[in-house]
Amino acid sequence: MKMEGRAHKFGDDINTDYIISGRYKFRIENESELASHLMEDLDKDFSKKVKKGDVMVAGRNFGCGSSREQAPVAIKAAGIPVVAAKSFARIFYRNAFNIGLLLIECDTDGIDGGDELSIDLEKGILSDKTKGRDIILKPVPKVAMKIFEDGGFVSHFKKYGGIRLES
Amino acid sequence: MAKQTIAEKILSRHANKELYAGDIGICGVDYVFSQDGTSGMVIDAFLKLGAEGIYDKDRFCMVIDHSAPSPNVAVSEIHKKMRDFASKHGVKLSDIGEGVCHQIIPESGAVVPGDLVVGADSHTCTYGALNALATGLGSTDIAIAAACGKTYFKVPESVKVILEGRLPAGVYSKDVILDIIGDFSADGCTYKSVEFSGSVISALSIEGRFTIANMAIEMGAKCGIMPADKKVLKWVKAHSRKAPMAVESDRDAVFLETRRYDVSKLEPQVARPHTVDNVCAVGDVAGIRVDEAYLGTCTNGRIEDLEVASSILKGRKISKGTRFIVAPASRQIYRDALKKGFIEVFIDAGASVVAPGCGPCVGTHEGVPASGEIVISTANRNFKGRMGSPEAEIYLASPATVAASALEGKIADPRRYI
Repeated sequence: MKMEGRAHKFGDDINTDYIISGRYKFRIENESELASHLMEDLDKDFSKKVKKGDVMVAGRNFGCGSSREQAPVAIKAAGIPVVAAKSFARIFYRNAFNIGLLLIECDTDGIDGGDELSIDLEKGILSDKTKGRDIILKPVPKVAMKIFEDGGFVSHFKKYGGIRLES
Repeated sequence: MAKQTIAEKILSRHANKELYAGDIGICGVDYVFSQDGTSGMVIDAFLKLGAEGIYDKDRFCMVIDHSAPSPNVAVSEIHKKMRDFASKHGVKLSDIGEGVCHQIIPESGAVVPGDLVVGADSHTCTYGALNALATGLGSTDIAIAAACGKTYFKVPESVKVILEGRLPAGVYSKDVILDIIGDFSADGCTYKSVEFSGSVISALSIEGRFTIANMAIEMGAKCGIMPADKKVLKWVKAHSRKAPMAVESDRDAVFLETRRYDVSKLEPQVARPHTVDNVCAVGDVAGIRVDEAYLGTCTNGRIEDLEVASSILKGRKISKGTRFIVAPASRQIYRDALKKGFIEVFIDAGASVVAPGCGPCVGTHEGVPASGEIVISTANRNFKGRMGSPEAEIYLASPATVAASALEGKIADPRRYI
């Protein structure tokens, strides 16, 4: 799988309250409304700056805090197909793959906001085209990839009539 | 059979298969739940699954606590959706005023030692105080667990935290866990099972232990688990008819790390804005103006917490210009606090007592601070915007520190009132 997009850079410990505030988490009927409040408390105009296919890039512990699945849903609904971070909090990690948002782990230090990125999952490389450098991705765990390839956990469950993920 | 940690044992038993850290297991779960911030999406995912019904109606519930009673139409619609779903599927719904999920679920006897519990709320780890493996998941995971009684787990590695010494007067379990989080940092235990033990845990009440287990997630942990000692077994017997299956780690089980803390000289701790691991001694922030003080939540809304605050506030008035909000964690606690006279103390001191539930913790109602205001709270999160305004600042502390701060109108060391 290959993807191309422009980077939006954030720091460490981006929690799910920042991704989508508790003020909006009850408004689940309309995913585009959730998306319009994405990262609002850190950057009021963030949702307006996002173009379809853009990539969110962050430091350590992205998605920590509340278990709200509205967080990955809002990111995906904003048109962002993938988040690259040094590490992810684990509830968020499951939630993202469960709803079909791809997460990749790599050293994101050299990436700046606005950089043009291309991601090649098969080769395991994120290329920062603006900087002219390749960054090696940590392999996506088999279980997460299986769920993602099945189109999310609901589709996986329906496809097999249960959970088929054992190692 | 190789030696196992508590997490490895509980997950192995629920998968009917010997599992070790790093393995993927599909485990039967003992209890599944969601709350009003997550249930809407649980119901949506459940309907998409096309499942016939809830796998085990006696082991599932939904709790209306995060925004209860409802402050607006959007929330009311979600609450109605939950009530309709519960009624259609014949499952338990805890409605407004019953309390916070993490208090009423253990109170109901749903959790006993050895259990595996999943909830659509990150603070599900609270039940680790009862020697259960309890962890938060998202709405889709919870919908699938509700539909088939199972979910998948990557077996976590374990970290041992041994707490020794004796807590000084005016220092509580909240101070202990804040100190630990400050030491480990917000991602210091990502996807780890933290086993808490030592003389401090043994000496704590079950309430005090809930406070510590509750905040394991604030250092990224999958769960925080404590031993099933006599106190746990007695508490569980008083609340549940289920048979406990106490679990302890083997002597030679593999731990990634062991940290020991001596609490004997610990001072009251405060987490400064805007991260929970930004921890300092109360003296470093004493004197900072407080606009709102909040006593409650799944971390510190229990009877022991109300008792400590009441003992500090008795016969006194909160500072003019400071608002003090109290939310008992459950209806049972509210009733007990009334009987013991704590509520009267709060009211006489000038507090605003709100319905049992999450109160203003999540920023939807019952005490949303204005921009530029400063809050001191007994909750577990102080993220920017958490209580509604990204321009407000939230400090986290023990019930004693919050009560002392409400009295003085500024962050205050509670030890002078003890």
